[in-house]
Amino acid sequence: MMNYSSRPPEEPAVHAQDLTVVRGPRTVLRGLDFTVPGGRITGLLGPSGCGKSTLMRAVVGTQAKVTGTLDVLGRPAGHPALRTRIGYVTQAPSVYDDLTVRQNLDYFAAILDPGRASADRRHEKVTRAIADVDLTTHADALAGNLSGGQRSRVSLAVALLGTPELLVLDEPTVGLDPVLRRDLWNLFHTLAAERGTTLLISSHVMDEAERCDRLLLMRAGEILADDTPDALRARTGSETVEAAFLHLVDAAITAGRTKETTR
Amino acid sequence: MSTPRPATITPAPAGAPSLSRTTATAARVLRQLRHDPRTIALMILIPCVMLFLLRYVFDGSPRTFDTIGASLLGIFPLITMFLVTSIATLRERTSGTLERLLALPLGKGDLIAGYALAFGTLAIIQSALATGLAVWVLDLDVTGSPWLLLLVALLDALLGTALGLFVSAFAASEFQAVQFMPAVIFPQLLLCGLFAPRDTMHPVLETISDVLPMSYAVDGMNEVLTHTDMTAAFVRDALIVAGCALLVLGLGAATLRRRTA
Repeated sequence: MMNYSSRPPEEPAVHAQDLTVVRGPRTVLRGLDFTVPGGRITGLLGPSGCGKSTLMRAVVGTQAKVTGTLDVLGRPAGHPALRTRIGYVTQAPSVYDDLTVRQNLDYFAAILDPGRASADRRHEKVTRAIADVDLTTHADALAGNLSGGQRSRVSLAVALLGTPELLVLDEPTVGLDPVLRRDLWNLFHTLAAERGTTLLISSHVMDEAERCDRLLLMRAGEILADDTPDALRARTGSETVEAAFLHLVDAAITAGRTKETTR
Repeated sequence: MSTPRPATITPAPAGAPSLSRTTATAARVLRQLRHDPRTIALMILIPCVMLFLLRYVFDGSPRTFDTIGASLLGIFPLITMFLVTSIATLRERTSGTLERLLALPLGKGDLIAGYALAFGTLAIIQSALATGLAVWVLDLDVTGSPWLLLLVALLDALLGTALGLFVSAFAASEFQAVQFMPAVIFPQLLLCGLFAPRDTMHPVLETISDVLPMSYAVDGMNEVLTHTDMTAAFVRDALIVAGCALLVLGLGAATLRRRTA
């Protein structure tokens, strides 16, 4: 058996081949091929409704009707062994509004690392996760009484609890003020650099793309580009990632919706 | 506590049944309720108030109060737990916490058992108060042991929790969840023998009442009411209610899907 924890960082954390997802009558993802490099921040960008959330749910293993190949941390997506190794934050904060911040985290920590013997370790992890998202002063407030941005940070703290190898974050910075957004992006970079965490972060705010190591640009269930921000700008001769994205969208439309391949 | 333990215990493998995950879930559900004291007060006080009311509705015929009171001691926990559980699980589904939990190493059985444990605890408190009030304050005349009344009440509560968990899978909103109450509970209420003895009903209805679990809950209560010791009929009734509860809990677990569209 392979020892996955000593996986070299250059090995992809996520590898997809001909990934297709059908939801009802609609094909949401159409035969995607992409990789997410380990230990880096990969941004998943595209207009709302383009399939970002579906792609993330497929990676986490909560999406039904997934076909094609999708390997996550060396195992097929949704494998039970992956449940402790992936942290997932949905777009809408999924926490218990009638529990305090600390009670929320205590519960999820007890699911990840159960038993009385690990109580001290859990307490440490909970305290660290609360500090990571800068909610120490609100630890004993009911989640339902917090602001929208604070609640989404509680949701993020839950995902950080298990020290996951892969963090999948669906629009984690929506509705946050610029200071908090900067702080969270600093946290993401710290996680990648110091804990070796792989991050897959979706956003439809293009200026956040500049902060990623790698970008997946999506549109209408297809991947327009899979590259670094610098290479994207250079290739399209654009000043910003936003301009590069628009350039690629226009090219895709004029090319009669032919799929743009980057490699 | 005093037995020596190894210093480190490896966490239970993902998805395997785990007692500590079950108790953690039960503790979390109770903690949520503790932030909502009004719900607790309503759950615990309403059955008592209803029994009190009933006692004086049948002021002139204490025998009627005996039969109806005993039946209601079994029916209240079922209805309350049904309502509370169906809403609580529906909230778990709509808030996204269920999806999050199922992406974690939590067994479906752990979650269901956690809910059953938490609401079962509340049901014990509710049933103990209602039974105590009926027997010692309102002079409900039971021949058998009040403990047996409590046992049936507890099994009924478990059945209510199970039914609530199960139907919440088919409710897309709180409106629908509440409407399942009349749909699932009322027919059982009409056919369980509370309003007319089951053997005097139209044969078709009698047959239907034979397959509804609440009938056996009420039969069990009436066994305790009229017999000093545990009769074979009582044991059968209790086992049927318990079996139904377990069956529906199993069905409820089957409605939890790790992958959803």
